[in-house]
Amino acid sequence: MSDLATDIDSAVRTVLEEHGRLAVDVASLDPEADLYAAGLTSHASVNVMLALEDAFDVEFPERMLKKATFGSIASIASAIAEIQDES
Amino acid sequence: MTTPTLPAQRPSSASVRVGVDLVRVSEVADAVASFGSRYLDRIYTPAEQAYAEAEPRVRAERLAARFAAKEAVVKVLRPAEQRPEWTSIEIVRDGAGACDVHLTGLAEELAREAGITGLAVSLTHDGENAAATVVAVCGDAPGADQLRDAARLANHDALPASDTKGTS
Repeated sequence: MSDLATDIDSAVRTVLEEHGRLAVDVASLDPEADLYAAGLTSHASVNVMLALEDAFDVEFPERMLKKATFGSIASIASAIAEIQDES
Repeated sequence: MTTPTLPAQRPSSASVRVGVDLVRVSEVADAVASFGSRYLDRIYTPAEQAYAEAEPRVRAERLAARFAAKEAVVKVLRPAEQRPEWTSIEIVRDGAGACDVHLTGLAEELAREAGITGLAVSLTHDGENAAATVVAVCGDAPGADQLRDAARLANHDALPASDTKGTS
């Protein structure tokens, strides 16, 4: 994992820790683990999205508003990287 | 004993979809405290915000019930990929206390593609929880009008406008 990817992964975990209300330890969560299975609710995913926008100074476009985007740490990190690449 | 004869039902390919969602009121209150207008404007229409803010004591409850209703609508729309913006699903309330759903944008498009001809919503909240149930009628279902009326009546009966706890 590159330094940038590691930074994103770490920041995503911090946001999930603060806003995800997950029933598991975020730090030890596999990047591909299903966050909904880990307890992420639809409303908590909104909080996570808004916190990620604050943390990365980005805005999730409408096309990324799908369940899969917030389905795992890896998918969130991928979405962040994609938004950053576009801006 | 004679068995009552039921009126003949005409054949139909119509169907009904049901969506339900439950939201913790404290999560909504926390979101408002943390993100303020960014959260409110992303999720709720100006009319929904105004209705919630009209009664500060139950603002979070009203917002939570509306969020639950929007999610319940998404469940009946069943988007394969992109989901509609939350503000494209608006919960409107008439003077008598009954709630209805108004769709725009992608939400309206998904409903049309699914052949949804009617939506009925019922909201409730009590203490820490807020919930909503949505019934979607797809196609020209026999009894669709009665179903919509029944849901509307159930909503109205369950949430008397004079009852603060249930005024969703």
